[in-house]
Amino acid sequence: MGTLTLDRDEIVRLAALATGDEKHEASSYSTLDALLVLYGRVLRVDPEDPGWEPRDRFILSKGHGPAAYYAVLSWRGFFPEHWLPTFTRHGSRLGSHPDRLLVPGVEASTGSLGHGLPLAVGVALALRSKRGDQRVVVLTGDAELNEGSNWEAIMLAPQLQLGNLTLLVIDNGSSTIDLVPIHERLAVFGWHAEQVDGRDHAALEAALSARHDSPAAVVATVRTTP
Amino acid sequence: MIAMRAQAIDTVAELFEDDPRVAVVLAEISVDRFEPVFAHDPARAVNVGIMEQTMVGVAAGYALEGFHPVIHTITPFVAERALEQLKLDFGHQQLSVLVITVGGSYDYGSEGPTHHSPGDVQALLTIPATEILVPGAAAEADQLVRATYANGHLTYLRTQLVVNREPRDVEFGRLLVERRGTQATVIAVGPMLDRTLDATAGMDVTVLYATTLTPFDAETLNRELAGDDVIVVEPFYAGTLAGTLTAALRDRPVRLHAVGVPRAMIRDYGTPEQLDHVLGLDAAGIRRQITSAIG
Repeated sequence: MGTLTLDRDEIVRLAALATGDEKHEASSYSTLDALLVLYGRVLRVDPEDPGWEPRDRFILSKGHGPAAYYAVLSWRGFFPEHWLPTFTRHGSRLGSHPDRLLVPGVEASTGSLGHGLPLAVGVALALRSKRGDQRVVVLTGDAELNEGSNWEAIMLAPQLQLGNLTLLVIDNGSSTIDLVPIHERLAVFGWHAEQVDGRDHAALEAALSARHDSPAAVVATVRTTP
Repeated sequence: MIAMRAQAIDTVAELFEDDPRVAVVLAEISVDRFEPVFAHDPARAVNVGIMEQTMVGVAAGYALEGFHPVIHTITPFVAERALEQLKLDFGHQQLSVLVITVGGSYDYGSEGPTHHSPGDVQALLTIPATEILVPGAAAEADQLVRATYANGHLTYLRTQLVVNREPRDVEFGRLLVERRGTQATVIAVGPMLDRTLDATAGMDVTVLYATTLTPFDAETLNRELAGDDVIVVEPFYAGTLAGTLTAALRDRPVRLHAVGVPRAMIRDYGTPEQLDHVLGLDAAGIRRQITSAIG
């Protein structure tokens, strides 16, 4: 379990290396704080041994805009910093959507929305079958939740009592469908769901560290500027 | 005579008990027949309900963790509805799965186009490196399941109701030689074998039997080639294997003819045998088409 100092400025610097953008743009990435908290404080991982069996699993279902993800993985030492400026270039391992066969630490190749949560349910079942205490965290966007495949898996996970599964929704208000708040929707389906400020590291850490009997959902709301 | 579907499931159940890395993920179909696996280890067997995309995704989750998942449902609901899940969750991730379908082509003859799937193999061929298996008898399904379930690939095994009279001793990735002739080469795919043998009775043609479509056994085909015409008798849309055969025969100046399901929605109802007749895929219809192709 990580207990690292959460150096946000360092992640912003690394993400800016990847995109070539100004640092204030990198600073606004909606997933940046949640990923920093996950990899700094919550997930049990070993960058020296990415396939270490007792590790926790993380699936970035929302595979778009992975600069913050790559920055955090590099910060933790999964791959060297000098990979970052090659982002999306010919010959690079770092594409616009992460590929698990190319990037150490990436558990699942994603990019097409709506695939990560069903995968995570399968991983959670497999971990339970192995009788391990590892957990799986899957990150989706709020607009991504429109995909029907997510709602299949949202129905299924509580039925299977997957206490080792956490769904992290980064809600930056980008969904065209605006129903009742996402955490309320998920609670109706049987999830232990709560809403937190997606820039509040302490709140994120508390919500993401908690384990429950039912699958957990953390809806992290972020505004477009930090 | 035991049906291919029942045999494939029974073989999976046996493997499930012997190999703790086998997982079974279902979407409501054939749950009863799979009962022994749920009884043996419910942690590796799950019925997700009527959600085929999630059936595929959950199976891929097991595969990410080193399991050999097997999934099963009615053909169009996995081969067509969940095609992108097969492509990305297994093809892109390079993971292992055995997909076993029931009701190939128009087996559900009274159900209409919603349950027909003569386009399944063509759809699966769009995913590189997919293994496509079309057994023609229960014992062949057993052999092919055992040969492929743990081999690390996306493997698609298609079952139909009709079976050939005598199972062959099939081998994954191999064409079998049924009959040797000199005028033309006829390739019968899976359940089309008996009627192709009947259709070509008395003709001076070579008949080959295919149960593995990819990887395709180009070596045997080129070695056994007779005449300048190659006729493939397919249980799915006619021409599905045109690309595969063009690649296999790239050094040979042959004419390729496809005898298969016509490319139109099937609006007739009836038994599969009645539809075979209407679609020109009974022995008489196949003979007519082969004769017309090679003159």
